[in-house]
Amino acid sequence: MTIPHPAGYRVPPEGTHPPLLSPGYRSTVLRSPSQPLVVLPHRLTEVTGPLLTGDIGPRDHDLTAQHAGEPQGQRIVVFGQVRDSDGRAVPDTLVEVWQANAAGRYHHARDNWPAPLDPNFTGGGRVVTDAGGNYTFTTIKPGAYPWGNHHNAWRPAHIHFSLFGRAFPQRLVTQMYFPDDPLFAQDPIFNSVPDEKARRRMVSTFDLDATRPEWALAYRFDIVLRGREQTPFEEPHE
Amino acid sequence: MSELLTPSQTVGPFLSLGLTWPTGHLVVPEGTPGAVLVSGVLYDGAGDPVTDGIVETWQADADGRFDHPDDPRGASGSGFAGFGRSATDEDGRYRVLTVKPGPVGDGQAPHIDVSVFARGLLDRVVTRIYFPDEAAANATDPLLASLPPERAATLVAQPAGDGVLRFDIRLQGAGETVFLLV
Ligand SMILES: [Fe+2]
Repeated sequence: MTIPHPAGYRVPPEGTHPPLLSPGYRSTVLRSPSQPLVVLPHRLTEVTGPLLTGDIGPRDHDLTAQHAGEPQGQRIVVFGQVRDSDGRAVPDTLVEVWQANAAGRYHHARDNWPAPLDPNFTGGGRVVTDAGGNYTFTTIKPGAYPWGNHHNAWRPAHIHFSLFGRAFPQRLVTQMYFPDDPLFAQDPIFNSVPDEKARRRMVSTFDLDATRPEWALAYRFDIVLRGREQTPFEEPHE
Repeated sequence: MSELLTPSQTVGPFLSLGLTWPTGHLVVPEGTPGAVLVSGVLYDGAGDPVTDGIVETWQADADGRFDHPDDPRGASGSGFAGFGRSATDEDGRYRVLTVKPGPVGDGQAPHIDVSVFARGLLDRVVTRIYFPDEAAANATDPLLASLPPERAATLVAQPAGDGVLRFDIRLQGAGETVFLLV
């Protein structure tokens, strides 16, 4: 039996993703491959992918409710839609997040800069998108932090995001930023994305309508994963 | 309608806060008959171990099937998740317990797709693990056959004892692993 080659996922437009060697971000210098990448046509292993809906705990979507007390900081709701580049919602897909506390410190043994830890904040969360590709989680606004990459280097406030989509080429790890951060201009990680419009797609938008009165500010962050070349099967037309 | 994609960014050094699961490295439960431990060290371009990375694996089941609706043969329905994830330890080592995938039936040798994330990687790098006991299938695999032999060799795991395979990943420099554009 011959298996026909399935339709693959479209190549990301030039300038969307950072070059692996981006010397302004020093750690890339010894960690980026020196040989050109070898093109792998998408076959069965690439048009499939892990469909994880995970072991989601009842407090995994609320990073402010994972300890006895509430964490310090500005409470926020972060929400958005995960879709592909054809505008189709990506339902039932795992979204993992992690972040620093309000003072800019991670709850991690290797983060030792002199900002306080918060006993009520770990900073890890996960949610699964609903049937419309939507996700929501509650957290506090993370602080900026210094990182020693260059003189007086500070990371703009950000939340790390990890997504799977439905197929191996859709896997994405990114960072969500906050509007109008004065630290963007000096950050080589943010600026490693060559296309300025693409950079702006990593910046969430403040959404007054979605704020929870007397409770939390709201930021919208939609995430767009790669779309497919064409549908692999004939679908009924209406 | 075509929407523009969200760019990739590095996982940074503190990925374990968000991406570590206690049983993430178990593609199959411990004690599964025929299970194989795939393990290796992630190295940087200076030959130093990368101690803050994470390695993920994706593969077919032992029959070469995927429990996924986009498999043109249909979802297997087996419940086999096929996904493994292991942060590298203080020695740069990752470990994934799995079963050898069967051939998917389109002329490719049995293989595992691998994603590597780390501080200093602004996007994941992707590679593949092939199996040392599949010499005949590896010889005709379209990807392996397209590479010079010394480069293809970086994609074939090495036997490392009973039920153990070693697959080191070298991000840069001498013996650099072949990385794939998917
Ligand atoms: Fe960070």
